[in-house]
Amino acid sequence: MPPEQAVTPCTHCGTPTPSVGVALGIHVFCCRGCEAAYALITTCGLDRFYALRNAADTRPVTNAPHDFAAFDTEDFRRRHVRTVAPGALEADFLIASMHCGGCVYLLERLPRLVPGVEEARVNLHRGVLRVRWRDDAVALSAIARVLDALGYTPRPPDPTARHAARTQDERRELVRLGVAAACAGNAMIYAVALYAGAFEGIDHAHATLFRYLSLAVTAVALAWPGRVFFRNAWAALRTRTPHLDLPITLALVAGAVWSVISTLRGEGEVYFDSLSVLVFVLLAGRLLQRRRQQAGSDAVESLFSLTPPSARKATPEGLAVVSADSLVAGDEVEVRAGDSFPADGLILAGSSAVDQSLMTGESRPAQVARGDAVLAGTVNLTDAVRVRVERSGEATRLAGLVRLLEDAARRKAPIVLLADRLTGIFMVGMLSLAALAAGAYLFIDPARAVERAVALLVVTCPCALGLATPLTLTVALGRAARRGLLIKGADTLEHVANARTILLDKTGTITLGRPTVVRWVGDESLRPAVASLESRLAHPIARALCEGITVPPHLRDAADVHHTTGGGCRGVVGGHALIVGSPAFVRGSTRHTDTPCARALLAEAAKAAREGLTPVLIAAADEPAALALLGDAVRPDAAVAVQTLHQLGFTVGILSGDHPEVVATVARVVGIDPALARGGLSPEQKLAYVRARAADEAVIFVGDGVNDAAALAAAQVGVAVHGGAEAALAAADVYASKPGLSPLVDLIEGGRLTMRTIRRNLAASFIYNILAVIGTLAGFITPLLAALIMPMSSITVLSIALRGAAFTDRVRRPATRTEPTPKGGPAWA
Amino acid sequence: MGVIYVMVPAALLFAVAAVAAFIWAARSGQFDDADTPPVRILHDDDPSP
Repeated sequence: MPPEQAVTPCTHCGTPTPSVGVALGIHVFCCRGCEAAYALITTCGLDRFYALRNAADTRPVTNAPHDFAAFDTEDFRRRHVRTVAPGALEADFLIASMHCGGCVYLLERLPRLVPGVEEARVNLHRGVLRVRWRDDAVALSAIARVLDALGYTPRPPDPTARHAARTQDERRELVRLGVAAACAGNAMIYAVALYAGAFEGIDHAHATLFRYLSLAVTAVALAWPGRVFFRNAWAALRTRTPHLDLPITLALVAGAVWSVISTLRGEGEVYFDSLSVLVFVLLAGRLLQRRRQQAGSDAVESLFSLTPPSARKATPEGLAVVSADSLVAGDEVEVRAGDSFPADGLILAGSSAVDQSLMTGESRPAQVARGDAVLAGTVNLTDAVRVRVERSGEATRLAGLVRLLEDAARRKAPIVLLADRLTGIFMVGMLSLAALAAGAYLFIDPARAVERAVALLVVTCPCALGLATPLTLTVALGRAARRGLLIKGADTLEHVANARTILLDKTGTITLGRPTVVRWVGDESLRPAVASLESRLAHPIARALCEGITVPPHLRDAADVHHTTGGGCRGVVGGHALIVGSPAFVRGSTRHTDTPCARALLAEAAKAAREGLTPVLIAAADEPAALALLGDAVRPDAAVAVQTLHQLGFTVGILSGDHPEVVATVARVVGIDPALARGGLSPEQKLAYVRARAADEAVIFVGDGVNDAAALAAAQVGVAVHGGAEAALAAADVYASKPGLSPLVDLIEGGRLTMRTIRRNLAASFIYNILAVIGTLAGFITPLLAALIMPMSSITVLSIALRGAAFTDRVRRPATRTEPTPKGGPAWA
Repeated sequence: MGVIYVMVPAALLFAVAAVAAFIWAARSGQFDDADTPPVRILHDDDPSP
């Protein structure tokens, strides 16, 4: 564990950043990218961004800049750019990292950041930015570079018609809901007139008018929005698979036939209002649920954004920029430092370090040289290499992972809304009970038979029952979102409440997912100079050495910087020669390696390497003077969160692609039984393990990488943690926008409370209904009284749902919690 | 109470007009993005450079 350090949030992204060194300004940055983004934003006078944004959602801009040269090619223009006026062009971009008001503010002020841009409009719902710019004033690649520097990497939108089709679907659903609402509203007004008439007396002619009117609006409701249920039920009948629309259809048809007969005969009661309200309530519940689920799933295709949009292909005329999807096996491409590989291939020339953490979960970069295989989507860190393409596009391992993910998502049990299920069964039950009651009364008291049956149907209107579950869930989901937990499916909370097993990914979930300096041995005063030298490099180790260090102006210039792949680098900072690198590299390039200080440092380095840390030796004046020990540090809240999870009755395990020994060490540190910590797993093995566990019990899986995505989809509840890959986000049921494991505790407590509220609600409406049924059958409740009692049950259910304590500050918390309380007042109002 | 034969159809006509307006609005995409406008309204008063 590192010694006590002052930790300050990064001014741009809020990442806790150790602030070391002396002359600290007000602003601390976790990385160069954030510093640049902050400078860009403030010089353009857009400081309000920092007041408007949701701090938890801003991500660090640590990515090496992407290459957008392909955005200027003819091919790209033909596919994605439209001419809207002479000289004015327009294009849409998908931007995955837009979440909050600050993003909208900043992006829509793009014309102030980039001269030549005329307008920028954000659509948060789809995550699309529409840019209009003057062709003669600015190149599209320049606009893209600015967006990238701000942390909003633009991607060309999916050219297929899928988005358009989905928009059309959403609009049709909305139209159906609107029509159903209007029909339900009107049918209820006519019903009020009829009920009032039953009490006050009504002309037979007027009663007939209202009956025919409600018949008409209900016919519209059933024939237009209600058709969805009939179609699903018919399909279920033909394929002989049970579907929840079957009982609903039965209820709708039975109610409609009964009411139509009554209307035509001119006597007996009608239930048109119940029917149209049922159609509306069910459709509304489904629309809400669909929207929640779709919000995140857009990001699946963005997995391909891990591959760069363009590649530098070797042609007889030299290097040419081509779009990455045009590559075929056998092509030769050059990949510069900081770029990701466009395809799977073999290194032909050069050597470099590659960050494969996305694919393997391994946090340390791998050294590659001629003949080694590299995978699409992994990042080339240090040197340019030549690669022969072996597999591209759909054939890459990355594309295979996407298919695995889609497959895992499809296999998940179909989501059945508890309310839908219950309402359908309930309606059928009530209709049969009403028919039975009417039949029985025909023998006892024929005059009252119909009245009793009607009162029964009115009093047991499924509104309360139908509302109870979706309402409680919607309230809980909304509050959770305000606390930084985005829950995609309503059924997720049900699974969360049932789960007793939680499996965690290591890299990025329990640990920070990137190397940080965990210990510094020797001369502390060298750190600013080392940071100055290392700020020239894109390697994660170099970034870790820069992290949180403010370089004083006299050390800003590093001269004669030379870098050796897999070794280290040397340079002159502030007039002093400095060598930074692996112990072997530094020993080979330094003269005085036999001094007591050097021997002590080398011994320390050897010891640390055995503990799984990466030693970096620093030599000044030709003598080893300091040692930085780097490791993937455990998140500060991990141990407390694991302890709380144990207290909540969970079995906590680790699934990781990292080396088993490293995994065991981390397990010991956070207090997880090492027997439950499994390391060295491939994405397929993770998926298989989660699937096997998920077959027996509800499992929560927490991860952040592409290698976790399939397992996230396969688990009953997949939780993607802050800073994870878009693929993980897409596959997960829950996205925690706060870093660390403490949001998990929030989620589990909230899920359990929500399910308790739902059960209380269902119990309340069942008790109400049972009492009402007994009262009606015994003859205490007339149809009019029933109509008056009916709203009471809805109001009861409503207040129980709104008073639920899930995801509010009223939840009792264990005293050990250390996370700061979120901003804002109580999440309910 | 003969007025009811005028008022009820009139009310229905209003309802039909409202539904038609809603359908037009939904089909022309005015409800496609319900997330951005409530956020955008917060900073529309930003002075232009």
